[in-house]
Amino acid sequence: MAATVNLPSVLARLAADQKSVQAAGSTLGEVVSDLTRRYPELGPRLRDEKGQPYPYVIFYVNDEDVRFQGGFQAPIRDGDEVVVVPAIAGG
Amino acid sequence: MTALQEAVASRTGGLEPKSVAFEQPERSGVGTIQPVDQACRLCHAPAPAGPSSICEKCLGPLEPVYDPGRRLPSRAEIESRPHTLWRYREWLPFRGTPVVSLDSGFTPLLDAPALARELGVARVWVKNDAISHPTASFKDRVVATALNAAIAFGIRTVGCASTGNLANSVAAQAARAGLKAWIFVPEDLELGKIIGTSVYGPNLVRVRGNYDQVNRLCSQVADRYGWGIVNVNLRSYYGEGSKTMAFEIAEQLGWRLPSAVVTPMAGGSLITKLHKGLREFRDAGLVSGTLPRFYGAQAAGCAPIVNAVVADSAIEPVVPNTIARSLAIGSPADGRFALEAIRSSGGFGAAPTDPEIVAGIRLLAETTGVFAETAGGVTVAAARRLAQAGRLRPEDEVVLCITGNGLKTIEAVRGDLPEAPVIAPKLRELVALVERTQGPASPAEVN
Repeated sequence: MAATVNLPSVLARLAADQKSVQAAGSTLGEVVSDLTRRYPELGPRLRDEKGQPYPYVIFYVNDEDVRFQGGFQAPIRDGDEVVVVPAIAGG
Repeated sequence: MTALQEAVASRTGGLEPKSVAFEQPERSGVGTIQPVDQACRLCHAPAPAGPSSICEKCLGPLEPVYDPGRRLPSRAEIESRPHTLWRYREWLPFRGTPVVSLDSGFTPLLDAPALARELGVARVWVKNDAISHPTASFKDRVVATALNAAIAFGIRTVGCASTGNLANSVAAQAARAGLKAWIFVPEDLELGKIIGTSVYGPNLVRVRGNYDQVNRLCSQVADRYGWGIVNVNLRSYYGEGSKTMAFEIAEQLGWRLPSAVVTPMAGGSLITKLHKGLREFRDAGLVSGTLPRFYGAQAAGCAPIVNAVVADSAIEPVVPNTIARSLAIGSPADGRFALEAIRSSGGFGAAPTDPEIVAGIRLLAETTGVFAETAGGVTVAAARRLAQAGRLRPEDEVVLCITGNGLKTIEAVRGDLPEAPVIAPKLRELVALVERTQGPASPAEVN
């Protein structure tokens, strides 16, 4: 399965200045692992030391907040769009 | 091309938006204000002053860093200044003097004895930002600081993701400052908040989705266009404006602290900043004693922070379902900091139901003469719950933070109020009405 991962500017710098990256995996966690393998500096920005998502870095798969979809266990299908958003906004 | 890009293109004559480069100021040299540098609230890494609120090291939120050696004013010096939020400028994240939004702040602090009796506490004060200038909510404070930061950074297009009050304030203050505005709100917002935004002439975009979805979109907008989205990439400077509500409370109480503060929570920023503001005043020697207990109020239909307080757990996001739309943020960005403020101060939380919220609006109006929006109803209803549970005590002096005006959310109470009777312009019809309402008049009452 291949998904398109859209990164904010602050993370794109760690992925060869690409704001949109293809990554493979059948779950979001696998997609993040694929990204981390190819762009090692992204890893510690996307998941904590236990391999879990940070509370302040939010992932959306096809506009759905993955915190309601099983987190890193959220399934990924071919052509899915993943958006990464730092959770600093609100109010 | 997305719907948003199409909308932008239609407004810009099809010009391609800039990606991250910021527009240059049209009136350079006017401003003398300079935002301070920042640091990460989580990893404490330093970051330069700029329109970014994300730590590049850990993606945590940035906050301004103040020079601990800066000169601070005395009580008398503050009291001699104009009655605006800028009288506390040494605790706002700038050097120099503000250039726009000079008139906001210093709303009344009302003694509310009838409400105190209802709640069973010694004293209640109502901090009434329902009459804040210019748009009748506490958001006027944060927008005032955010727009000064925007101008200092040379940004000429500002915006926000909003549940309504922020939209009103960004639209109004941007119009006055001569800035362009792009404002994003959930599609189903109350009519008063839609009209109360569009009247100022911004680019108002209604998004099919809830606030959290609007918020996500705005994070992407800030990243793509380089606009100054006040609660996204200007958030570090924006949030500090909320502290002025705490400063005013302390000053208006005669330079002292209440024993408890009840405040509504949406993203969780306000309660955090109120706590920080009172701590800063105490550290500066302007007030003394124990900091108040901070109590957070959310609607039962959207209570991620209160749920965490009650369960003594971490915050789990929720899908909002409440009439209190200004608080309908299911994924509170500052929730963890709100929890810290509540727990470290010995406070708690309460989440009243929608009928309780309407009753809270009416209780405040009928006892204190203040018409609050739904968030105010949440605050009053939460205070009632906290008092009934013994969390607010008979000896307490409680400040209730009323953050928005009820005229913006009349839909919430309209169905709960009696229809006003209609009569002909004849005295006998009025006499009949009075007698139906309160019984026959005694001779002493009739001239």
